[in-house]
Amino acid sequence: MSLDRPAGKVPLLELEGLVKHFPFRDSLGRRRGAVHAVDGVTLAVPRGSVLAIVGESGCGKSTLGRVALRLVEPDAGSLRFDGEDLLALRPAALRAKRREMQLIFQDPFASLDPRMTVEAAITEPLILHRLHRGRERARVAELLERVGLRPELARRWPHEFSGGQRQRIAIARALASEPRLVIGDEPVSALDVSVQAQVVNLLGDLIRDLGLTFVLISHDLGVVRQVADRVAVMYLGRIVEEAPAEQLFLTPRHPYTRALLAAVPGQGGALKLLEGDIPSPVSPPSGCRFRTRCPHAQALCAEVVPELMGDAGRESAGQAAHLTACHFQDSLPPATPIREAAADARLARLQSFFSTNREPTA
Amino acid sequence: MNALEVDRLSIEFRTDRGVLQAVDRISFAVEPGRTLAIVGESGCGKSATALAILGLLAENAGRLGDIRLAGELLTPEAQRQARGRELAMIFQEPMTSLNPAFTAGEQVAEALRLHEGLSPRDAMARAVAMLERVRIPEAARRAKQYPHQLSGGMRQRVMIAIALACRPRLLIADEPTTALDVTVQAQILALLDELKRETGTAVVLITHDLGVVQDHADEVVVMYAGRVAERAPAARLFAEPQHPYTIGLLGAAPRLDSKRPRLASIEGTVPDLRDPPPGCRFAPRCPFAIEVCATTPPLREIAPLHFAACHRAPLA
Repeated sequence: MSLDRPAGKVPLLELEGLVKHFPFRDSLGRRRGAVHAVDGVTLAVPRGSVLAIVGESGCGKSTLGRVALRLVEPDAGSLRFDGEDLLALRPAALRAKRREMQLIFQDPFASLDPRMTVEAAITEPLILHRLHRGRERARVAELLERVGLRPELARRWPHEFSGGQRQRIAIARALASEPRLVIGDEPVSALDVSVQAQVVNLLGDLIRDLGLTFVLISHDLGVVRQVADRVAVMYLGRIVEEAPAEQLFLTPRHPYTRALLAAVPGQGGALKLLEGDIPSPVSPPSGCRFRTRCPHAQALCAEVVPELMGDAGRESAGQAAHLTACHFQDSLPPATPIREAAADARLARLQSFFSTNREPTA
Repeated sequence: MNALEVDRLSIEFRTDRGVLQAVDRISFAVEPGRTLAIVGESGCGKSATALAILGLLAENAGRLGDIRLAGELLTPEAQRQARGRELAMIFQEPMTSLNPAFTAGEQVAEALRLHEGLSPRDAMARAVAMLERVRIPEAARRAKQYPHQLSGGMRQRVMIAIALACRPRLLIADEPTTALDVTVQAQILALLDELKRETGTAVVLITHDLGVVQDHADEVVVMYAGRVAERAPAARLFAEPQHPYTIGLLGAAPRLDSKRPRLASIEGTVPDLRDPPPGCRFAPRCPFAIEVCATTPPLREIAPLHFAACHRAPLA
């Protein structure tokens, strides 16, 4: 957990003021503007913790994940892994460093090479980083068991597996180089609910058992609730709120976070719906980017960009930082609480038979 | 009278590797102005059911059983006649359902000219009114735009305008919001509810999202491996699910209000429908399975209007 780490330890991953714009050009090659994908993001991920980055499509969360691993070069800002400046590394040193940072993608059908057996796919990173030399096969078997697959499956091809099994293989491959940091970009979004539950449980086990530091990029707030220690909410390239998961879900402050939570289906129909669509990231609104859809917007919101900041009173009370980028965070009405599911003893008991291999007694 | 009745519908697909029984003798009905949700995971047969109702199954499919629209038996010819008029549809991906070469207004107007015989000018006027009705801001200007100039949510609104332009008796919505962001999804589903109330159109909502079902359905059919596992009024299904598959599925979905120690995990995978297991198709993954589950459980009425196909139901 992030909160009880010894004081003075550097976070494993630190992003500061990161900016990434993607310019686009007209048919004559003239620059016609840029997509402001990431626009000044500062985040720290403590060792052994899970940070979730949530937001809707186009908010810049996937770009941020790639910039964090320097798979995409940022235009500005700094990037430190274990205290070391990643942007200063030469290509060879960066490649070596990648051993410690891995990425899991959404679509296991696209991320596995169809012409490589499972064994070849998982052995590749071992060879690349010269790990477990001479006993690669045994290591592959260990990794497969670790992700809940039978080692005999090593000689099979990706097309022989279901979506959930492929995502397990992709996870085994990501773990092969013994990374300290794993970034999962919508790692369970392509899976059916029951399979998604299996993979979410697996990720939780791996994070705990291997002491992984994990960044979960997701649009699915339920999955985020289940996995994350801390959550950062992104809107049009900026973080609008960042807080411990429990606080973010129970006492959201930013109007966008509140709207996002209220829109999750299964709460009896959203109370207040957001109007309109997300503005274009090519020409984001001035001031607060959410103001065009915000029910609380005032004149100030169009003029001044709100900074991401905490509430001094609460933090001095010893609570972990709850940061919000809203001029009116202290004067907003209290958030409508998310609807609690009724405690249902019968259902909980029946469902417990699915969680373990216990024999039902009923 | 029911807007739609489906009676012992079976669907088979002939494939290179044998016959696949996608749907096995399912029955349900929907009243005017009501929403029936068909929920299940990939391969459960929910989309094949939708296509069968619309008469849009692929060439290699065979269908048995009766489908009635407002009491009239739907033959392939009757389906062709009804499609777009009394029988409307919206799909997951509005970009592929809209024609990129025509404006939004032209596409809504086309439905009106074709099915209601309106003149081009009247059709376009009604089309703009329809776009206003699905809450497209500046409808007159948007009507002149092409699909690529519209956002995903806006395109799905255009699809809804096309679907509802001729006041259909039945709307089949197959994962209508799956491709949309959560805030836009909420808008579209609220819009569908409102239009349904106004027009009395019956809706068959096909989805994998239990949250969407909970908020928007009156009745629910849970499908597993081509069969109905459970059928009940929505409130009842969520309060007292009886089929182990429904129970597991509800436990597998994460919740917002609290972190679960562990999500319910339905072990194993869905059966191959070219060679389904004998008896209950869920039995190989069911923690409650006993010997009798090797025989096919009938869909029994466990409580008024609540049906479950499980030998062990009601589970206490």
